Amino acid sequence: MIKSNIKLLVLSFLLLISLRPLQSAEMVDPIKVDWSFKGLTGKFDRASLQRGFQVYKEVCASCHSMQYLSYRNLGEPGGPEFSEQEVKAIAASFEIEDGPDSQGEMFTRPGKPSDKFKSPYPNVQAATAANGGAYPPDMSVLVKARKGGANYIYSVLVGYEDPPPGVTLDDGVYYNKYMAGNKIKMPNNLMDGLVEYADGTESTVDQMAKDVTTFLAWAAEPELEERHKTGVKVIIYLVLLTILVYLSMKKIWSRVDSEV
Amino acid sequence: MSEHEYTPKSKAGKWFNDRLPLLTLGAHLTDYPTPKNLNYWWTFGGILTFCLITQIVTGIVLAMHYVAHADLAFASVEHIMRDVNYGWLIRYIHSNGASMFFLAVYIHIFRSLFYGSYKSPREVIWIIGLMIYLLMMAAAFMGYVLPWGQMSFWGATVITNLFSAIPLVGDSITTWLWGAYSVDNPTLNRFFSLHYLIPFLILGLVVLHIWALHVPGNNNPVGIDIKKPSKDTVPFHPYITIKDAFALLVFMIIFAGFVFFTPNVLGHSDNYIPANPLVTPAHIVPEWYLLPFYAILRSVPDKLGGVILMFSAIFILFVLPWLDTSKVRSAVFRPIYRQFFWILVIDVLMLGYVGAMPAEGIYLVLARVGTIYYFLHFIVVMPVVGYLEKTDPIPMSISEPVLTGGTEPSLARKVNDKV
Repeated sequence: MIKSNIKLLVLSFLLLISLRPLQSAEMVDPIKVDWSFKGLTGKFDRASLQRGFQVYKEVCASCHSMQYLSYRNLGEPGGPEFSEQEVKAIAASFEIEDGPDSQGEMFTRPGKPSDKFKSPYPNVQAATAANGGAYPPDMSVLVKARKGGANYIYSVLVGYEDPPPGVTLDDGVYYNKYMAGNKIKMPNNLMDGLVEYADGTESTVDQMAKDVTTFLAWAAEPELEERHKTGVKVIIYLVLLTILVYLSMKKIWSRVDSEV
Repeated sequence: MSEHEYTPKSKAGKWFNDRLPLLTLGAHLTDYPTPKNLNYWWTFGGILTFCLITQIVTGIVLAMHYVAHADLAFASVEHIMRDVNYGWLIRYIHSNGASMFFLAVYIHIFRSLFYGSYKSPREVIWIIGLMIYLLMMAAAFMGYVLPWGQMSFWGATVITNLFSAIPLVGDSITTWLWGAYSVDNPTLNRFFSLHYLIPFLILGLVVLHIWALHVPGNNNPVGIDIKKPSKDTVPFHPYITIKDAFALLVFMIIFAGFVFFTPNVLGHSDNYIPANPLVTPAHIVPEWYLLPFYAILRSVPDKLGGVILMFSAIFILFVLPWLDTSKVRSAVFRPIYRQFFWILVIDVLMLGYVGAMPAEGIYLVLARVGTIYYFLHFIVVMPVVGYLEKTDPIPMSISEPVLTGGTEPSLARKVNDKV
């Protein structure tokens, strides 16, 4: 009786869930990419992370901040894993404002690995004003802040199209298949051959979009590899312990004439 | 409850126990006679205790690094995620722990509904349990505000605005709750303070909940009283402790699955966008465990009516022991009520589902039907079915084999007998 009821329960729930597509018909589902960091043992593609950082630095960083990341993160395990020298060189290539000094003056100095990523604008208002009234969001946790995650970010990057007939766009507004409402204020910044990859990979739009999305996925979840690795160990440990406790329980309960 | 008086063996133990009988309490908890037929639905009490302790411990650590300030809260959470050693683990345990806590408490509540555990003589256990549940919802709601993301901010705005529906003094109360003229830094500060306080109130109520439980003892799947303690019960330790431990471990595997492999699946992506009072999210939704009540709230076109109905949905549970007229506790022997129980389960799941959807079209219709049934179940179905239903024969005692319908009358007792 209970079993048939549970079946009924599951069926009615499935029915409800199948109603779901009624809700949002105007938006196109993001492209599903087989990311290396998906799944229980997923890891980031190191080379892709390094290339993605290059795309971020040369293209995205002129408008988007990543204020929660530090240059040292680039050398930490589970990330792009640049060498110590490379991280120092990357950090030193930025002029960071520091101070006040003993005279009360602010000054600039070359960046250090402990510095946070330098933001392109001093504040949100400045960023908004410089970009036609649309604030380019901070990208530190962008992948976690969008429904669809990495798939969505990648899709938007490759989703620029000419607007369908009948759709008129204001100046500074672009048509994007995957963006909510199909209107986006970020221009299509990627074009084939835009960056010259240090490792010689051909920089197609698709390649750059994948690389920078991988980089952003890591930026949002720098703990991902350690989390996956620890998770597998924790689950194995718990399963073994559960088996032992189960056997102990059976043994203890064999003393009474009752089922467990 | 102990059948024999406990005396410590050592002299020092006796000296201490005469002054503070902690050892007697320990002996009582170990020997506590527990029905031997408890099934796995009964393991959620222990699981819930584990959840509470986990939330308190991880919460205390998080509070060491968190900054309750509107300008710094979001960044401090990212600091925890990135710079604090294993901060990501502690935060993900805490945020997923809230969901696991509610998952367990809903199973615990529905178990009580199925087996009639709220009925005499356990009404006080039930009422204390509901108070714990109410405090849990308050704590979870305030905790969700602390990261100061978009859903934090707008969830807080929607929920606190409910109080403005109160006639005459509504707006004053809302301003008083906010400590400002909108949800702002003072709101965040007080929510943090209360979020830290409430778990300890819950802990106190849990002690009372267990104390009240140990007066009549556990209910059990057949829902009848213990006849012969020697035959019907087992000592709590080691029988129940090992069984609870096993169930807890299975629960922990699922918990770990969420924490390590899909830590954000139960949350809303908008909460990784810093709070912005100028941008309203397309859909403001609470966490999943509050969705059925959210659906009830939105099913009423009138704001005050919605608020009243939403609070009634919880407070009606307080009088449940007196709405249920059946003399039989366990739904195992209640063929009609059992059907209605499962309809209620489906109804609540459906309300939860439509609570996550925009309040329009088919979803609004479903929300209204679901809300009406929810109240009908408690106000009409429970009293009427309890009165009219012909229940199945119930066994003489826990240790007697469970009867199928129409066996020897010597073993089966009539429903009308006092259970």
